[in-house]
Amino acid sequence: MSDSTSGGPTIAGTVAVDAKATRQQSMRTLVRAVGMLPILVILGALIQVGGIYLTGEGRFLSWQNLSIVAQQASINAVLGSGMTFVILTGGIDLSVGSILAASAMVGLLGSIDYGYLGLVLALLMGLVMGLANGALIAFVRLPPFIVTLGSLTAIRGVARLIGNDTTIFNADLPFAWIGNDSLTIGPVSVPWLIIIAFLIIFASWLILRRTVLGVHIYAVGGNESAARLSGIKVWAVLLFVYGASGVLAGLGGAMQAARLYAANGLQLGQSYELDAIAAVIVGGTSFVGGIGSIWGTLIGALIIAVLNNGLILLGVSDVWQYIIKGGVIIGAVALDRYRLRGSART
Amino acid sequence: MPLSPDNKIGPDGTTGPKPILEMRGISKTFPGVKALNNVQLTIYPGEVHSLMGENGAGKSTLMKILSGAYFADPGGEIRVNGQPVHIAGPLSAKAHGIAIIYQELSLSPNLTVAENIYLGREARRGLAVDRAGMFAGCGDVLARLGATFGPRTLVGDLSIAERQMVEVARAIHAHSKILVMDEPTTALSNRETRRLFDLILRLKAEGLAIVYISHRMAEVYELSERVSVLRDGTFVGTLPREEIRPETIVRMMVGRDLSSFYKKEHAAGSTGRPVLEVAGISDGKRVKSGSFTVHAGEVLGLAGLVGAGRTELARMIYGAEPHTAGTIKLNGQQVAFGNPGEAIDAGLVYLTEDRKAQGLFLDMTVGENINLGVIKRDATFGAWLDRAHARKRSVAAIKAMTIRVPGPDMPVGALSGGNQQKVLLSRLLETQPKVLILDEPTRGVDVGAKSEIYRIIDELAKRGAAILVISSELPEVVGIADRVVVMREGETVGEVGGTTGIKITEENIMALATGVNMGVAA
Repeated sequence: MSDSTSGGPTIAGTVAVDAKATRQQSMRTLVRAVGMLPILVILGALIQVGGIYLTGEGRFLSWQNLSIVAQQASINAVLGSGMTFVILTGGIDLSVGSILAASAMVGLLGSIDYGYLGLVLALLMGLVMGLANGALIAFVRLPPFIVTLGSLTAIRGVARLIGNDTTIFNADLPFAWIGNDSLTIGPVSVPWLIIIAFLIIFASWLILRRTVLGVHIYAVGGNESAARLSGIKVWAVLLFVYGASGVLAGLGGAMQAARLYAANGLQLGQSYELDAIAAVIVGGTSFVGGIGSIWGTLIGALIIAVLNNGLILLGVSDVWQYIIKGGVIIGAVALDRYRLRGSART
Repeated sequence: MPLSPDNKIGPDGTTGPKPILEMRGISKTFPGVKALNNVQLTIYPGEVHSLMGENGAGKSTLMKILSGAYFADPGGEIRVNGQPVHIAGPLSAKAHGIAIIYQELSLSPNLTVAENIYLGREARRGLAVDRAGMFAGCGDVLARLGATFGPRTLVGDLSIAERQMVEVARAIHAHSKILVMDEPTTALSNRETRRLFDLILRLKAEGLAIVYISHRMAEVYELSERVSVLRDGTFVGTLPREEIRPETIVRMMVGRDLSSFYKKEHAAGSTGRPVLEVAGISDGKRVKSGSFTVHAGEVLGLAGLVGAGRTELARMIYGAEPHTAGTIKLNGQQVAFGNPGEAIDAGLVYLTEDRKAQGLFLDMTVGENINLGVIKRDATFGAWLDRAHARKRSVAAIKAMTIRVPGPDMPVGALSGGNQQKVLLSRLLETQPKVLILDEPTRGVDVGAKSEIYRIIDELAKRGAAILVISSELPEVVGIADRVVVMREGETVGEVGGTTGIKITEENIMALATGVNMGVAA
């Protein structure tokens, strides 16, 4: 073989350099994985200290309050999981808030006559809406932003239509335990909302990191034309991610309805899509697709919930809550980019 | 092109004119990598000075220091016209008369030629942009360069070659004295290359110094007064025109002899059974009629000018684009793949000519890229990843293809062009293909990796694969193919080698590709 002479000091040198590069690479992966966790911890500490300083008592770090924070984060984490799939392919789903409202309406209406079937209907509603988004994006080749901007408005209308623009109640909601009960094992009692959110996060992680589909999702987001040319059915991947985002929005709707025993097509889930997108982006997922993790989304959802909860505990006025929340989202992402900038040399 | 007698250039410039540019003791350290180590380069006015070296040898880094994109380590010195200068950034490089034309052109396609030429230095009348003045002001430069387009043309409407001309015009208009061209011919057809060379010679005659970076030996040989070679970030030497020989340069570049650069050890000729038979394929647009047959164990070359429709033809066969007419037979069975996945499943794979945009997933690891085509076959129930198997596969592929990477977990974007190409080839080979369509398999790949890719192609042919190699590098086609089919303006117009009795030579291929009979030797 003519390449028998291709060894020698040059290659050894390259490998030594590469070994260092590998270490840098694993460092970078670690930084990405840990991601925003330090921000979450710092935020929590600030709110606790601020609480002691301002009100004389640190109410933030109590089991009861942390459980409330986690419950508040749960629906956003579920929506954020679906959004993570979508954004990993380089897309966006603006319609999840509206789908959540429509699904909650369908779920409540269904539950009045058919009991648990209402839950199934809610999920089905979300799935159908999500697949409709996906079909327009995958087959008609319309830009995701345009499609879901349209369905954001249209599905909001559908949600109002379902209840004749009124609020639907069901005091005997059979699946109300989802929103209000806890699973108690011995001394530990965990709200079902939190359990569901964790199950969804875990399932999403399995799909993204342990299945062929997950690799294909990252591939489509990383380089769509290469994905197509390497035999990946890009349309199937797109249909899946928007379908998943829809069905998870449906689940979010069922969780929300279960908590409130009621739903209103106009008010429910307003601007939830923005919180879900914020959770994904704060969690370090690249907006152009191909890079990111579901654990980042979980931390992102927690950061947003901690902010919401903490600012109320500190007695910050509603107006300032908005301003601070927006600032923290931008600041967190800016910090993330700054941290990773030095290492990105590809 | 003979040197004018008063322009005699000695390596130390004793008798000739003063050098316009001297770089001495240039080093550049990146975290963990010494990219350049005490490199020197001396350029005289009115010369084309080629800079050669394998990918990663440091050519681009050196030029980036010259253009102010990087700062050299302390200790080095850059002199322009004998004066030491400090290049603080791109603007300061421009002020010193240095212009660089990169592989990826830096023009705005949505603006006119004049606006691009004046970009950053817009002519003004008061607060307003003086458009009329800009149009008038660059007409002269364009005429001098022999441009066939006017200053009002939209750059987006120009061909790549014409855009290059705009870049050159911009440099000249800014009174640049040193012009660096980084692989300017990669995207050009032969005719456009010819025109670019004429332009370069004209600029040289006007006294500009041109630093020419290219992998193509023939171009370097034709254009250069002198050639400097870098290897692994160090300066190997400068050859005067009389001593420029391909073997010498290759030895300087790789530090060893490449005794048999092209490999053709497999049994030549169309002796095997026909595997891929294509007849009259057309898309009704770029490809009018494509017909050829590839046999088992054969390397068939597909030559033609850029734009002749070779890539389009390949993509139709692969199912990446639909075809409107013609038939494809695979092992005697008629097929029509609706998408690339079906082609891969049938044992036909396609290596794209554009590995970064259409081939690799640069954010993903080497291992993921290698396994992408087979993860579904390996997966439990077709869904659950078999990660241990994937790792074994990628480790074995890295070894078999001599991909220079410490492990499969490196992102593929961090690799050199040659290693990236081997990763992409590995992905195809893992699917155990029977037919391979390789589109420009050595584009943007250094000499060492080139010869390894030729070895791999030869090895595949020995094992009975049917291989179609699309290439614009004629020496490569001549060197590795058993037969060559030539395309011209969307049609397969002829064949050389094999049973045709026509010898495979660059001249015979060019005669078919251009339709100009240059005296075909039978």
